[in-house]
Amino acid sequence: MPRLVSHPDEVKIISRRFGQGAADIDKYIALDGYKAVQTAIAKGTDWIITEMKASGLRGRGGAGFPTGMKWSFVPKQSERPKYVLVNGDESEPATCKDHVIFLHDPHAVIEGTMIAGLAIGSKMGFIYLRGEYRYLLKIMEKAVADAYAKGFLGKNIFGSGIDFDIVTQTGAGAYEVGEESALMESLEGKRGVPRIKPPFPAVVGLYGGPTVINNAETIASVPHILLMGGDAYAKVGSERNGGTRLFGISGHVVNPGVYELPMGYNLKKAIYEVGGGVTNGRKLKAVVPGGSSTPVLTADEIDVGLDFDQMGKAGTMLGSGGIVVIDDQTCMVEFALRTIKFYQHESCGWCIPCREGTDWLNKTISRVHAGGGVEKDLDNIRYLAENMLGRTFCPLGDAAAMPTIGFIKKFRHEFEDHLNGKPCPYAHTEEPALV
Amino acid sequence: MSTPATTIFSPATAARFDRLVTLYPVKRSALVPMLLYAQDEVGYISDAVVAEIAQRVGIADHDVRSVLSYYSMLRTKPAGKYNVQVCTNISCMLRNGFGILEHCKKRLGIGHKETTPDGLFSLEEVECIGACCWAPAIQVNYDFYDDLTTEKMDQILEDYKAGRGKETV
Repeated sequence: MPRLVSHPDEVKIISRRFGQGAADIDKYIALDGYKAVQTAIAKGTDWIITEMKASGLRGRGGAGFPTGMKWSFVPKQSERPKYVLVNGDESEPATCKDHVIFLHDPHAVIEGTMIAGLAIGSKMGFIYLRGEYRYLLKIMEKAVADAYAKGFLGKNIFGSGIDFDIVTQTGAGAYEVGEESALMESLEGKRGVPRIKPPFPAVVGLYGGPTVINNAETIASVPHILLMGGDAYAKVGSERNGGTRLFGISGHVVNPGVYELPMGYNLKKAIYEVGGGVTNGRKLKAVVPGGSSTPVLTADEIDVGLDFDQMGKAGTMLGSGGIVVIDDQTCMVEFALRTIKFYQHESCGWCIPCREGTDWLNKTISRVHAGGGVEKDLDNIRYLAENMLGRTFCPLGDAAAMPTIGFIKKFRHEFEDHLNGKPCPYAHTEEPALV
Repeated sequence: MSTPATTIFSPATAARFDRLVTLYPVKRSALVPMLLYAQDEVGYISDAVVAEIAQRVGIADHDVRSVLSYYSMLRTKPAGKYNVQVCTNISCMLRNGFGILEHCKKRLGIGHKETTPDGLFSLEEVECIGACCWAPAIQVNYDFYDDLTTEKMDQILEDYKAGRGKETV
């Protein structure tokens, strides 16, 4: 069971109800639950969109697109039904924030979905969880059933004359399904291969209808934003990056866990103060700052604010908020290899640059790590990865190429250490005791 | 496109499937969940499962097969009663995920995607299971175990062997 952590620097907005039994609907109501949706009904669509835009909330899946703007793109009139689709396919390595949301505050996801539905004029929402999260699916299913039993979902919600239904859905193991168009394909009962864009989902989405797709954390933030007001939420974060987000600190860190920190919080502080520093008193070598697809930072590059813009300026990305701390005993070639092995496994095979690119990167980095590499391999790794960028149907190709470029650029000397049949100089022989 | 006259599933699962296809704008949306629930009951996606589910959603058998081959949790051969899935992705790797995997291989005497002769355990090296902050982590069927050491791992295997393990379906 995921253990809850706490640190004085946290600003608990989304995690306010964690550990308080809010999976129980009555407890959720006692903790201001289902108030935001009633206010939203009373104040109307335009008010919701205005508050969401003011909040500066940007998509928590990793792309960081402003949520209020995304909702405003959905056409008001549509011949086909409109849908809300919540992306809980959380599969980016190092990311486990939605896990704790579904576990501790499932009704916030439901309430956020309802508000998104009101904002775009939709009558139906889907909450898609990855197949591995069966115990969380059961928690979500119970929460939805309880909301129906109270009359919060179904016909005429809160006496508004508006109907709204929610269906929970399970995946069956596929990282690619976290990409929004592949997610729609999967929900339509197909292989999770991406669709070409345009048209964008806001115009032609699920079952051909206009669809808003938001990450589960984004959706769970919505009721809190309406409760505290968009402006107040925006003030918590940094410029153009409203509010807080759940950062998952993992790897070689003393106090790993999911912490809610204000946007713009310093990465170095997040590792040394919130996370308690590197395990076994070792030195820091590198940090993967936002899930496995984000380019690596070296130990002297981490004095940077955790928001979409500052991380962009630092040459990486905020991504999914999964911070991986890597100590000085780690082989970066092995780390790069494990990363590319993942993307090679998860590439859906639909388009060639990704299918072939991830496979050849995996083969080449495997060979280098095994000691069979030649100097030219290192240039080839970079050349191959750079040629994948922007040339694939969906961002999976970029997600594989970007970290690879980062590893070869910043840790080329470690790749060189493996050349000419030299054994891995960082190989572990004993089980590490982490303290 | 209908409820079959005879079913290979238990009455509870059959009733669940009858309802599942009514929840969506199109029946086919129930396909991926149905395959997973069918696997939970039958142990794998057999030809009979494919045939019945194809009929229930109103698509051809080969269409069902094309979907099931995409998803990594779905299998067309039986696994052990307890499928031990060890994550070795980055966050787990840094905290001895590979050590846990090797330990399981030795303890169970089987490799990746293999099953013990008594059919009790199978082993799988899996990609990230979303328990990164509590690494190293594994799943036995759907149940998570985290903050693992080799000692804890031994205890988990012992518990399942003795019929004391968690069993979420």
